[in-house]
Amino acid sequence: AMGRAVGLAGLLVGFFLVSAVLVSTSLRHGAPRAEPGPESAEWEDTSGSGPEDSLWPLPQWVRTSRHQLQLAPDRFQLLHGAGSSAGPACGLLQDAFRRYYEYMFGQSRWRKRSRGPLGDRAAPELLQLQVVIESQHSGCHSYPHLGSSEAYHLTVTEPVAVLKADEVWGALRGLETFSQLVHEDGYGSFLVNETEIDDFPRFAHRGILLDSSRHYLPVKSILTNLDAMAFNKFNVLHWHIVDDQSFPYQSIYFPELSDKGAYSYNHIYTPSDVRLVIEYARLRGIRVIPEFDTPGHTQSWGKGQKDLLTPCYDEEQPTGSFGPVNPILNTTYDFMTKFFKEISSVFPDAYIHLGGDEVNFNCWKSNPDVKEFMKKQGFGTDYAKLESYYIQKILDIVSSYNKGYMVWQEVFDNKAQLKPDTVVQVWMENNYAHELSSVTGAGFTAILAAPWYLDYISYGQDWKKYHSVEPLNFPGSEKQKKLLIGGEACLWGEFVDATNLTPRLWPRASAVGERLWSSSNVTDLADAYKRLTNHRCRMLRRGISAEPVFVGYCAHEAR
Amino acid sequence: PPQALPCTQLLVFVTTPDCDGFPSLDSKESYKLSVSEGSLLLSADAVWGALRGLETFSQLVGRDQNGTYYINKTEIVDFPRFPHRGLLLDTSRHYLPLRAILETLDVMAYNKFNVFHWHIVDDPSFPYESSTFPELSKQGAFNAMSHVYTAGDVRTVVEHARLCGIRVIVEFDTPGHTLSWGPGAPGLLTPCYSGKHPSGTYGPINPILNSTYQFVTSLFQEVSSVFPDFFLHLGGDEVDFTCWKSNPEIHAFMKQMGFGEDYRKLESFYIQRLLDIVSSLGKGSILWQEVFDNGVKLRPDSIIHVWKSSKPYMDEMADVTKAGYQALLSTPWYLNRISYGQDWMAAYQVEPLKFEGSAKQKDLVIGGEACMWGEYVDVTNLTPRLW
Repeated sequence: AMGRAVGLAGLLVGFFLVSAVLVSTSLRHGAPRAEPGPESAEWEDTSGSGPEDSLWPLPQWVRTSRHQLQLAPDRFQLLHGAGSSAGPACGLLQDAFRRYYEYMFGQSRWRKRSRGPLGDRAAPELLQLQVVIESQHSGCHSYPHLGSSEAYHLTVTEPVAVLKADEVWGALRGLETFSQLVHEDGYGSFLVNETEIDDFPRFAHRGILLDSSRHYLPVKSILTNLDAMAFNKFNVLHWHIVDDQSFPYQSIYFPELSDKGAYSYNHIYTPSDVRLVIEYARLRGIRVIPEFDTPGHTQSWGKGQKDLLTPCYDEEQPTGSFGPVNPILNTTYDFMTKFFKEISSVFPDAYIHLGGDEVNFNCWKSNPDVKEFMKKQGFGTDYAKLESYYIQKILDIVSSYNKGYMVWQEVFDNKAQLKPDTVVQVWMENNYAHELSSVTGAGFTAILAAPWYLDYISYGQDWKKYHSVEPLNFPGSEKQKKLLIGGEACLWGEFVDATNLTPRLWPRASAVGERLWSSSNVTDLADAYKRLTNHRCRMLRRGISAEPVFVGYCAHEAR
Repeated sequence: PPQALPCTQLLVFVTTPDCDGFPSLDSKESYKLSVSEGSLLLSADAVWGALRGLETFSQLVGRDQNGTYYINKTEIVDFPRFPHRGLLLDTSRHYLPLRAILETLDVMAYNKFNVFHWHIVDDPSFPYESSTFPELSKQGAFNAMSHVYTAGDVRTVVEHARLCGIRVIVEFDTPGHTLSWGPGAPGLLTPCYSGKHPSGTYGPINPILNSTYQFVTSLFQEVSSVFPDFFLHLGGDEVDFTCWKSNPEIHAFMKQMGFGEDYRKLESFYIQRLLDIVSSLGKGSILWQEVFDNGVKLRPDSIIHVWKSSKPYMDEMADVTKAGYQALLSTPWYLNRISYGQDWMAAYQVEPLKFEGSAKQKDLVIGGEACMWGEYVDVTNLTPRLW
């Protein structure tokens, strides 16, 4: 963070940079701001046990001073500022105000606070945080999307702090940051240092993949995870909802899919469950992108949808087992048309993830009807062409519902015809930089998951290796690099369910969260360690059972 | 299907109850379970066997889709292959709240573990509240008010364990792994030197001072009465000689004693005196393998705990038992060393007696322990990591 430069030279550099940033921020926020005056000498290096010691992810630009303000829980208010395009009718912000009040002052509710002056330490009081949404279209009653603005500007000075953001999404991010600045001292007083923060995410797509097919994840665990994501400024839940092993999604048009395909009646997501997840996510500025992975990874679909999957053959006889979705039948596409109509209306996000990974061709190769079809289409023995034939038809179906789509990299690798706004997810670890070059070189948007498979656990502080990934380290032009819109930390479910999800994901995913939000120069692991351990203790306080980073303790955990 | 006969009672016969006693290495855990029409019988020599049998019985009871509980006709004769089946928890790298320890004891009982190896203090923190030396936890715990085990907590653990047939073997690891002891016991640790001057840092316990042995005697006197098991684990692992080597007084002592440059002789000097102290308190000792490896003169009834992987652990098991000592195996069971996939299989496939040795030697292998060291483990992830 630029505000931490030490010494006069640093201050001068800081001045210069601040002015530069102010110029650019003024373009985003409208009216230009006054430059900092002579009191800037007070803005010195506050590192040590400073207030930025628990900011995570690190904002783009932070300036703090040693001046502290006190907050009185029964007087402090989070409210809408004058000129905001959002007001009391903005449920999303009202909810957020209550939530963040609780995060900041929660434990101390039991202490009686006098209505008189705050002690004789005479630190001035911070009475309010005013939230001002500057854009006409606040986003209050809409869903977040890839192009949403998450930028915010936070000024903490007495008597009133101001949080400005274009849209409510930026206000949510700013509230999280503000709550990270408020700390309790040894006397139980709530303090915040005078601070100015200008912040925005480096990457627009910052996601977590959860797999609810290998193990069912109770709704509660998904909601808890959404809370943790908000603490880490993640903004996409990539819900890998069904797969080979089970089909927990209760479809309205095709109830048999979950009737026959879920692990049991208790292992199901009803339409009401799905709505709850989507709304809970929305209130935290998190998009929910469902993945219905086909044509592979579909064993569980075959239980409730006869003739959907390809029957495998041994010589001339069906073996009784099934392979990927059968790409040669019209019924397949009739089903998919209807199914994706439902999905398109149930999930409001502009994107649906269609999968397309790891398609095993053996079953197709064994099936005489498929072989016949290959001949007719002139595909020869290149089954990748059949795969592409299938994928393309699905892509067209989904397009017709005005949805964009995300696909795993194989779909691109196998040369299917993709729409220009397709997002390709790069997941194969081997030489992923090269894959990023290819994908972006072909003009497609990409997101990176390959180095962030958090289900691959190992002994020690692996958060460091996740933090050290530099997504733009691939050969390519400036234009290409712009096409990398973000990444995802993936927690595949082979060995994960509600008993171990939270400690396995957090705080390891936090490292990915910082890499995707913060500036590329935030790479100091010693500093990150300090902030991450503080951040982890804070997550614990907020009810997230994040596992320890290393040896040590948190104050609020002994019982 | 024919109407199943209702079974209303599981009768438990114990030959020699000793209900109020503590389990020990020699406790009998064998039991017989006989389930037939109209008769459910569990018989055991001792209450400890009855506990094991109850667990097994509870695993046989099923529930059908109508909700009816049932049990199949069964005959079981059971006893443990190894008498020492332990689990190590580390409450120094991270404090574990009492409820986490009690929950672990419960799950241990479900799995027929019978030793809780409590690695209670170490370098990072000293959570054990000592009545003789209250400053140890006051200065050495992460937070002396909250991150401590009171005498009441310890009593609770010992009794809860007893009721599950689990022995509590506490480990006060010395002379290394003692940094947290320093603040509350000035003069206990060796001051390290940088050239001619103390550097301000400390090393292992100072083995050349009489005050050290007075302290150790008093502390272990308290520990011996607080923890009823016959055995204490005295540690003795990973003693770094660097600090000792840097200290001029120790240097002088080495000369005086004719130890030359062999600091293992100094380590041996300390350990031997420690063993004598502990023995005089009427307790037996378990020690990590370095103590054996470094040629320390041990008492014949010392138990050696094998944990290192620098040499094939089966060779170590052979060497330890060949020298006539009882051995415990932990090396392949460091559960803190996580990895992707079904690693339970590797742990399962370990054969503790797979080494070259006589039958008599193999008898000296009394069991083993799964270790959950605490560098990356606290209450948030302990249970799913262990089980």
